[in-house]
Amino acid sequence: MTSFRRVPDRARDRGDAGSEQPGRSRYRFVARFTATDAMLLRDLVGQVAELVGGPAAPRPVDAPGPDAPGRDALGPDAPGRDALGPDALGPDALGPDALGLEALGLTQDASLPDDPALARLLPDAYRDDPEAASEFRRYTEKDLRAGKVAAANTVLETLPAGGGRISLSEVQAQVWLRALNDIRLALGVRLGITEDVGEEMSRIRPDNPRYGVLAVYDWLSVMQESLVHALW
Amino acid sequence: MSVAPVEVERPAAGEDRLVDPPWVTIVWNDPINLMSYVTYVFQQVFGYPRAKAEKLMLDVHHKGRAVVAAGAREEMERDVEVLHGYGLWATLRHDT
Repeated sequence: MTSFRRVPDRARDRGDAGSEQPGRSRYRFVARFTATDAMLLRDLVGQVAELVGGPAAPRPVDAPGPDAPGRDALGPDAPGRDALGPDALGPDALGPDALGLEALGLTQDASLPDDPALARLLPDAYRDDPEAASEFRRYTEKDLRAGKVAAANTVLETLPAGGGRISLSEVQAQVWLRALNDIRLALGVRLGITEDVGEEMSRIRPDNPRYGVLAVYDWLSVMQESLVHALW
Repeated sequence: MSVAPVEVERPAAGEDRLVDPPWVTIVWNDPINLMSYVTYVFQQVFGYPRAKAEKLMLDVHHKGRAVVAAGAREEMERDVEVLHGYGLWATLRHDT
């Protein structure tokens, strides 16, 4: 499990250059990632950016370097995670080529996206007034998408592909919180998560096809929960 | 991102508010968002004390939805936009 904790900002205590900025938090938010977990999270957050931002969105998910663990690393060393293919967030839930370009061309179309995961990330603002919902979407959806892509990019910029200890500012930690939530929303919709997810987690067997992705979902949930508590 | 509530000009009491019921922002329950996260977001977005944010979160959880803010339509639209940024399932409507 990867969890965040809050630590005093030592640079600030030492009075290092740059620490006198007004409003700067007294804390840093730190977590340690294995290389495998870092690769996994980078992959997922990149998928969200692609899902939300469309093909035109900048996606700084660099191809892994020669030393970085490839996706094969998700297999034997991480039992259960092998079910999480590269397109776990795609409309065909774990199927290949799942992101479907149709689903990404909806920016011009001011209606609720057909893809349920995308629809959950970009919901209607008016429940019973399609015209008002469409109007609202026309004015806000572009910024909403851009904000989510920017949050994804913050994760990619602050989490090295090789993992290790990361240390976030308070602002970065708050952005991470939203990015983790967006991944969980997309994954949760794909998984058909219900209020009974806790019970399902407790009784699911490792040979169940859902096990791997549920384990990832649970990992993200624990990580996000730890970050909320660190920020509180 | 910490979004501070933005002060907007409200119509003077008695002008609009009595004849025109306010709009409300509603947050709907969903099985994915963490209870802690929803509480945290209410604190961040609305500046509510933790106890009030927690009560609203529990209303959402147990009743399926809760009114989390009321006011002019433009304010509520801004709230909904911010809440969507956090991934909460928020809508607005005229509180008739």
